Amino acid sequence: MTILLSVLIGLGLFFIIGYSARAGLRVTAPAQYKPTFRDMPLTASFGLTVIVFYIVIAIFAQAIAPFGEGEVMGHQFLPWGSPYYLGTDKLGRDMLTRVIYGARNTVGIAFATTALAFFLGSVLGIWAALGGGWIDQILSRFIDALMAIPELIFSLLLLTIFGTSVLTLILVIACVASTRIYRLARSVAQGIVVTDYIEAARLRGEGNWRLIWREILPNAMAPLVTEFGLRFCFVFLSISALSFLGLGIKPPTADWGSMVRENATLITFGDVTPLLPAGAIALLTVAVNFVVDWLLYRASGLKE
Amino acid sequence: MEKPLLLNIRGLKIEGRSGDTWHTIVKGVDLTLHKGEILGLIGESGAGKSTIGLAAMGFARDGCRISGGTIDFDGIDLRRATETQRRGLRGKRIAYVAQSAAASFNPAHKLIDQYCEGPVIHGVMLREKAETDAVELFHRMRLPNPAMIGFRYPHQVSGGQLQRAMTAMAMACRPDLIIFDEPTTALDVTTQIEVLAAIRDIVSQFGTAAIYITHDLAVVAQMADRIKVLLRGNEVEEADTRSMLAAPRADYTRSLWAVRSFARVKQPPSTGRPIISVRNVTASYGAIDVLKGVSFDIHAGRTVAVVGESGSGKSTTARVITGLLQPKKGEVLFNGKPLPASFKARSRDQLRQCQMIYQTADTALNPKLRLRELIGRPAEMYLGLKGKALESRICDLLALIELEPAKYINRLPSELSGGQKQRIGIARALAAEPQLIICDEVTSALDQIVQEGILKLLDRLQGEFNLAYMFITHDLATVKSIADEVVVMQHGAVVERGSKAELFANPKEEYTKLLLSSVPEMDPDWLNRLLAARSNNDKSGRSTHSSV
Repeated sequence: MTILLSVLIGLGLFFIIGYSARAGLRVTAPAQYKPTFRDMPLTASFGLTVIVFYIVIAIFAQAIAPFGEGEVMGHQFLPWGSPYYLGTDKLGRDMLTRVIYGARNTVGIAFATTALAFFLGSVLGIWAALGGGWIDQILSRFIDALMAIPELIFSLLLLTIFGTSVLTLILVIACVASTRIYRLARSVAQGIVVTDYIEAARLRGEGNWRLIWREILPNAMAPLVTEFGLRFCFVFLSISALSFLGLGIKPPTADWGSMVRENATLITFGDVTPLLPAGAIALLTVAVNFVVDWLLYRASGLKE
Repeated sequence: MEKPLLLNIRGLKIEGRSGDTWHTIVKGVDLTLHKGEILGLIGESGAGKSTIGLAAMGFARDGCRISGGTIDFDGIDLRRATETQRRGLRGKRIAYVAQSAAASFNPAHKLIDQYCEGPVIHGVMLREKAETDAVELFHRMRLPNPAMIGFRYPHQVSGGQLQRAMTAMAMACRPDLIIFDEPTTALDVTTQIEVLAAIRDIVSQFGTAAIYITHDLAVVAQMADRIKVLLRGNEVEEADTRSMLAAPRADYTRSLWAVRSFARVKQPPSTGRPIISVRNVTASYGAIDVLKGVSFDIHAGRTVAVVGESGSGKSTTARVITGLLQPKKGEVLFNGKPLPASFKARSRDQLRQCQMIYQTADTALNPKLRLRELIGRPAEMYLGLKGKALESRICDLLALIELEPAKYINRLPSELSGGQKQRIGIARALAAEPQLIICDEVTSALDQIVQEGILKLLDRLQGEFNLAYMFITHDLATVKSIADEVVVMQHGAVVERGSKAELFANPKEEYTKLLLSSVPEMDPDWLNRLLAARSNNDKSGRSTHSSV
């Protein structure tokens, strides 16, 4: 009961902060950005508040967390109470500390991965649509071949080949995820490259890079942004799945996905602790999608 | 004796939303329509013509609401009627024909399936009956091969045929009222006549009442019994067609009549080396030749109008000049030197010299770029301007096209009106400081008053910068006002070319004569006379053939 209550109070707090921040920005923002904040729905300001909160936690994890990331403090599975406010895990490490560090690792890696996947996928996809002909054929058939291999198995394969550092993890998941984004970006861009303004830009003698970056990408943003919101959540799942198989984030680095798995046994005893990292993921996912919805609304010009 | 009243709209008010505020689009318009009568609604864009047309079906577009007045259709109050009642009327007793049939048909279904949907859903007739009925109506709309045309998909049928098929579809349930929303605006003159004649016949055969919405006075003069002139949601005047044409009362109506008074000063015959010389160009898409030995010249400071119906190869010629399409034979000379066939092989300076203005500014301007970048980019790229110099160049260009620089420089294309967008298209072309500008149907998407403004601007700029224009159009009124020389094209070949005065006064080729006679005139008997004359010609033609 107390847990449910505190969750509700926490969510309410985010809403209140979001609401007041939006009200504040409406007054203080420079004139040209004022309409942006005036149109912002409450859900978006809630989402933004949550994201800012996560970013602060991630950056200042070291200062906020009461103990060290991998420090074994005491007995295993201690109940909630001072000084281990969320108890300890199966090795006796402080849960709260690990949740806080998890924000840095999981969110950081997931964000870097999604961003990289998007950069790679959309640039290649638009390039293929723009170039057409054999460029498109080679790239698309190659990507088709990659997509034929199940995502998880393919990442496992690559990780075993290249080793399991955080950097390779990011690169591998990004490459695998970018195949889906490539498909999306290519089909969206195919509709854009035939428009008159792209023809005009080509006749002007613009290079490919500028065509992709300035002329096509801004117009393909709406579907890509929606996909970003979804992909971001899937990347969490991929990371935790890989961690479970021992090829993801390596212990003792804290990662929300693996924390759920490691402490899952506690659920059988009616303890909600293992669900906290899952809840953290869920909250972030919802927040990101709120913001994405708002961006989509703005990008697609639905406001008129 | 007065015919019975069909539609009676009193004090109609419609509001549209922008952001959080509602503003009035239609400000208390009255409209009456008797059975079997055709009412013409005219006015420039934004006058509320289409909005009123839709309101006659008890419908308001998304973001609009009917806020006042009564709409009485044959005793039914459409504003009070439930949505189910209104839905029962739409398509069955009131039908709607949209401007662009190509965009209004569902591309995934055959025409016959779309035709039968209405009668079957409304329970007017069974599918088999509807199909035979469709053939009958297709026949009456003078569609070629009426028995089979229904089994085609929309993309397999030409624009004029689609528009007629849509009118047939509107007729499917034999409605009491049809609303025609600019049905011929997107068609070229020769097709327009066929569609107009077919629409007029079928409407009179079934005694259907119609509201005919258009911005083309000459067209409405052929179709309507009465004309109502609208301006910014208000009624300006209403009178029956003949008296309105003979003596318009309001000043605004007179200004509509006087539009197209603009005519370019006659230029002396051009001499010297042409800027662009198209020599014997033959080009094809795949195996079919779409251009067959096309040749003409364009001189500095002159406007060459290329006219012809759609599919005659006008735009393809432009694509060859710009290098988007490589000709199979022939070449394009620029200042006497041959241009590389593909634009990819041309130097930056060659690209700069030849700029293009597109038909629809909506798709020709990147909707995500601000005017600063849209106009500034060619200047930055070709002339190497940066920082302050670029900024002042952009402001100069905006001033040239009569837009206030400070107010517009940071706007997006979506924040401009149609005419303003087209001006930005012009500014973008000018920014490159070219010698030749290809104008591809630049005015056909605009209404007449705005068109005139654009034509005047183009003419002024031509004088200032000694530009050569290649003016592609199917609108002969535009040709009359702006061209120096005219090139008439049909089926990918040049039929006739010559100076404007000569060609209009004394057309030599049959096709040119047909084209010239197809331009609607502001005379309610024009269409009748023309059709009569043509059918006479046909008869005499046939009789001579049979005698041979």
